[in-house]
Amino acid sequence: DWLVSFRSLTQVKYGAVSASVAQTNLHRDCRWYSVSHLSVRERIEKKRKAALVGGGQKRIDAQHKRGKLTARERVELLLDPESFVESDMFVEHRCSDFGMEEDRNKFPGDSVVTGRGRINGRLVYVFSQDFTVFGGSLSGAHAQKICKIMDQAMTVGAPVIGLNDSGGARIQEGVESLAGYADIFLRNVMASGVVPQISLIMGPCAGGAVYSPALTDFTFMVKDTSYLFITGPDVVKSVTNEDVTQEELGGAKTHTTVSGVAHHAFENDIEALLNLREFFNFLPLSNQDPAPIRECHDPSDRLVPSLDTIVPFESTKAYDMLDIIQAIVDAKDFFEIMPNYAKNIVVGFARMNGRTVGIVGNQPKVASGCLDINSSVKGARFVRFCDAFNIPIITFVDVPGFLPGTAQEYGGIIRHGAKLLFAFAEATVPKITIITRKAYGGAYDVMSSKHLRGDVNYAWPTAEVAVMGAKGAVQIIFRGKENQAEAEAEYVDKFANPFPAAVRGFVDDIIEPATTRKKICSDLEVLASKKQVNPWKKHANIPL
Amino acid sequence: MAAHSLSPPLSRLLFTVKYVSLHSRCCAVHSKAHYSTVYNPNEKTFDKILIANRGEIACRVIKTCKKMGIQTVAVHSDVDSSAVHVKMADEAICVGPAPTNKSYLNMDAIMDAIRVTGAQAVHPGYGFLSENKEFAKRLAAEGVMFIGPDTHAIQAMGDKIESKLIAKAAKVNTIPGFDGVVKTAEDAVKIAQEIGYPVMIKASAGGGGKGMRIAWNDDETREGFRFSSQEAASSFGDDRLLIEKYIDNPRHIEIQVLADKHGNALWLNERECSIQRRNQKVVEEAPSTFLDPVTRRAMGEQAVQLAKAVQYSSAGTVEFLVDSKKNFYFLEMNTRLQVEHPITECITGLDLVEQMIRVAKGYQLQHKQEDIPINGWAIESRVYAEDPYKSFGLPSIGRLSQYQEPLNLSNVRVDSGIQEGSDISIYYDPMISKLVTYGATRNEALAKMEDALDNYVIRGVTHNIPLLREIITHPRFISGDISTNFLPEVYPDGFKGHQLEVDARRELLASAAALYIAAQLRSQKVLGDQRVSTIPVKCTHWELCVELGKGCHAMEVTKSGDVYNVEVDGGKVEVIGAFNLASPLLPLTINGSDRMLQCLSRDASGMIVLQYLGTVFKVRVLSKLASELNSYMPEKVPEDTSSILRSPMPGTVVAVSIKPGDTVAEGQEICVIEAMKMQNSLTAARQAKVKSVHCKPGETVGEGDLLVELQ
Repeated sequence: DWLVSFRSLTQVKYGAVSASVAQTNLHRDCRWYSVSHLSVRERIEKKRKAALVGGGQKRIDAQHKRGKLTARERVELLLDPESFVESDMFVEHRCSDFGMEEDRNKFPGDSVVTGRGRINGRLVYVFSQDFTVFGGSLSGAHAQKICKIMDQAMTVGAPVIGLNDSGGARIQEGVESLAGYADIFLRNVMASGVVPQISLIMGPCAGGAVYSPALTDFTFMVKDTSYLFITGPDVVKSVTNEDVTQEELGGAKTHTTVSGVAHHAFENDIEALLNLREFFNFLPLSNQDPAPIRECHDPSDRLVPSLDTIVPFESTKAYDMLDIIQAIVDAKDFFEIMPNYAKNIVVGFARMNGRTVGIVGNQPKVASGCLDINSSVKGARFVRFCDAFNIPIITFVDVPGFLPGTAQEYGGIIRHGAKLLFAFAEATVPKITIITRKAYGGAYDVMSSKHLRGDVNYAWPTAEVAVMGAKGAVQIIFRGKENQAEAEAEYVDKFANPFPAAVRGFVDDIIEPATTRKKICSDLEVLASKKQVNPWKKHANIPL
Repeated sequence: MAAHSLSPPLSRLLFTVKYVSLHSRCCAVHSKAHYSTVYNPNEKTFDKILIANRGEIACRVIKTCKKMGIQTVAVHSDVDSSAVHVKMADEAICVGPAPTNKSYLNMDAIMDAIRVTGAQAVHPGYGFLSENKEFAKRLAAEGVMFIGPDTHAIQAMGDKIESKLIAKAAKVNTIPGFDGVVKTAEDAVKIAQEIGYPVMIKASAGGGGKGMRIAWNDDETREGFRFSSQEAASSFGDDRLLIEKYIDNPRHIEIQVLADKHGNALWLNERECSIQRRNQKVVEEAPSTFLDPVTRRAMGEQAVQLAKAVQYSSAGTVEFLVDSKKNFYFLEMNTRLQVEHPITECITGLDLVEQMIRVAKGYQLQHKQEDIPINGWAIESRVYAEDPYKSFGLPSIGRLSQYQEPLNLSNVRVDSGIQEGSDISIYYDPMISKLVTYGATRNEALAKMEDALDNYVIRGVTHNIPLLREIITHPRFISGDISTNFLPEVYPDGFKGHQLEVDARRELLASAAALYIAAQLRSQKVLGDQRVSTIPVKCTHWELCVELGKGCHAMEVTKSGDVYNVEVDGGKVEVIGAFNLASPLLPLTINGSDRMLQCLSRDASGMIVLQYLGTVFKVRVLSKLASELNSYMPEKVPEDTSSILRSPMPGTVVAVSIKPGDTVAEGQEICVIEAMKMQNSLTAARQAKVKSVHCKPGETVGEGDLLVELQ
């Protein structure tokens, strides 16, 4: 169980944390110990100063040498200049064992910087773990500070951004530290769907600590300097005898391409923080706010003639769904989520006439754009985020169906595919769907179809809505008969076009691709006042 | 397909300019007065013409047909089924799959198309079947008019050996050389030694620089023989080669001729086409700065003599090499409409396609030699989908994700056959368009070209606008001091893009900073009621650091309204601009002068890619704080590429000359990639043992694909 392995990890990996306790007399200059001869004001000043340098210059230098910024530098870069309002700068840990009670082992603010600030003028709550203080380890006080700003974020209705850089639990505190994790987890869960929560992993995040990012809406990582795992390579070696490096086990590449734990990775701290600012612009502050609208320079009725030729004539030939998305959204600005994981589905944020929208699209370029376990789960989680935060969903469909095979069936494609179906079906935000080419079989139903309460469903002239491709269909209908080719041609004529769906009203209109942007923008304008409520329930039971 | 299906709804506003540009090109271009002669509607020619070509030249021919009230038939390969020429034509017939030998060179299919559509005449454009006597014969046999010279002239001039003999007989100056077919590489070496190096090896049936190699010694002659015969075989289906004295540092000047079937012939002045890379023209102009009236007349008259000697009719071009002493030598005659014909049209006012159609119908020329003017100056830039940083241009392919021609400017003509969304594929010539500007003087035409290149928006493929703009602004080009060796002489180490002077660098940095600030401020403009109020950053003064190349430039910016005052590198720059952050074009006023920059991309981490003075620069704008902290960021080590050979372009592997375990010497050929009909030999960068080979002949490879690993 994870508790055991998590403890052993923190011991193995962060024995360094306790060793560091004895060295702190190096920082005597900037710290305060005996207070009798100073006034309260002077003591306040001293404490504030001490808080600003965290674990001291030597540790700061070490942090920089690793290619990492300090907790405060990160906050400063993330937030608008001079907008940071810090809380709990005077909080100290309460541990009295193993010499921790000594003054030299007390750091004002402890190992996390917390507060609120603004990103492009918009309110956000932030915590930033300070690796220079006890390796950023989580004490009861540390957890309490985080919980405080999370509680405030919930009462006000503003997002929480966590900058994670922590060795794990504060071993000296034992169960107090574990309790602290649980307190945070509970708040993550309570805040889920109420305010957006974003985790940016900027250093180690291991053991139980990983579950906080995992509970938040988005997890971003910094390449080469961050990693996430339940147990480190040493424990892995002793338990399963696998040789694996930290990077292979839980680095940014692993989590953005293999495990799907992280949603994006950035080159370094600075790029990650600047991108996080950009990402934040897309999000509403809470579930009480509509999707934000930013000033837009791209005409909402711009025609996109290049779309008229983008779908190849041969229905077996691939094209890049990103080309369509970028041509349609405002100023080609598309923030892709999980760009390197389950690439057969594309999800991300963009704007239409300034308003944030969530985009979901099958990617014909990868695995023909089929739905499989990973793409279903990736899509489902994104759709649910959008629905929770009032972000309209625009779905581009070119899907040949669910991926067949034992690997998929044994892996539970039925229950994972159901997640995406569930997510689209329960979503009450404006839903606009464009079938660009194939919409075959059950996958047609799943991809935000009219039947799942799609508000506006369009088909391009190249659309084919059918149970399956012509060849397969003919083999079943005309099994053993001659003239298969003729039958196939007949099937193509009947079904490889948008009419069967259009005559039944399953698509609202067949539109010229060039007009897609214009249509979507005008539909979104109308749908802004959409009100739809699901039946009362404690919560739904999505097939997890 | 009916042309009117292109017409967009008319109710659009400004932003639809891009969408209607195609339409305006089809229909409105002639109203821009490229031609001064008036079309006579009473002169009956043909009811229906089939254009046996694709791309810009097919579109070009269709335009004139429309003007003359002639129905048009386009032929196309399957991948071209939604191409512009297909949409423009009244009818379209698919003549086969993508490879040219199965479609545009497929005579059977084209003959069928003619029969099916009842076309009375065929315009072949250039390339493909334009100089194919077999095709002309088959047309004649079915009573279909070939819009071009008759078979005899095509045959006589199409063969370089025969054409030289005829030229000599017609008292046209010719280059010393071997007037026979070269059979083997050793033959080639022997002949080359007799003529004396350097020599030119070229395809007897060739044209357009294909199958042409220059050799300075025996080894190069052998290699050149091999390449030229292969290229000649694949491009023309005829691997015969000839060898002649290579004139070092010549100018390439050609005379446009126009002749009818009644023995009349005119010379329509010259075009200078000296700016070439790998024997393919890049920038052309008419007239030439080099010719005086006497030389011009002498060349013109010889060209007409040659035309008459072969009973030439239709438009044709007699190419000359001109040495520094204004001696000129006959090079070859192209018995077709030339790519660069628009510049002649600009200075003479004649519509050459119209004249070709008239002449084909049997009408006499309307003009006398003394009627042919030189009105002003015209320049043509060939805009190619290719990377000019690699050997002045290696083909690039892709989808034109954004495409906007500079037709908003006056005195600009763009001949193109593509539009936004078109694919530039490996199957065909990578030319995007011919950009022609003209003016009363050469300087006017050049200034317009600068403007037009800056306003030309091409996204999705790498293009050669950086090189074109550098050429037309180079002092040597401006002074007319050019030769066919211009590019290798001016850029001995290859083209490296525009080299920024101090002032230009400051302007670029300041523009990037202004754009950055405009984008930052826009991020704070959240519309609608806010439950939690937004508190924008109150800032009118910024301290920034802008990275360009290795250098980092500190700057201070103040902004009031649309005016950005920037202090950078000890200088002050004033940038005025109302930034439209969705537009690819950034019209700015920098220190009082109007500049058109383009923004190719902009990302959250401060990276801004700008096209400035034609060249694309990557700039990174960071706040002072971010820049200071950036010094702590680790440098990421890029992949070691010295032992890896990647394909520099998309194409087909023709030959692999090594196998794993071989030891290659520096410069030794590793494999040959054919792209856009050019064979490119890839060589080893250093001596090494071959570790593994990842390609085999016949395979299609993409740009950047791993071909061979060395140890």
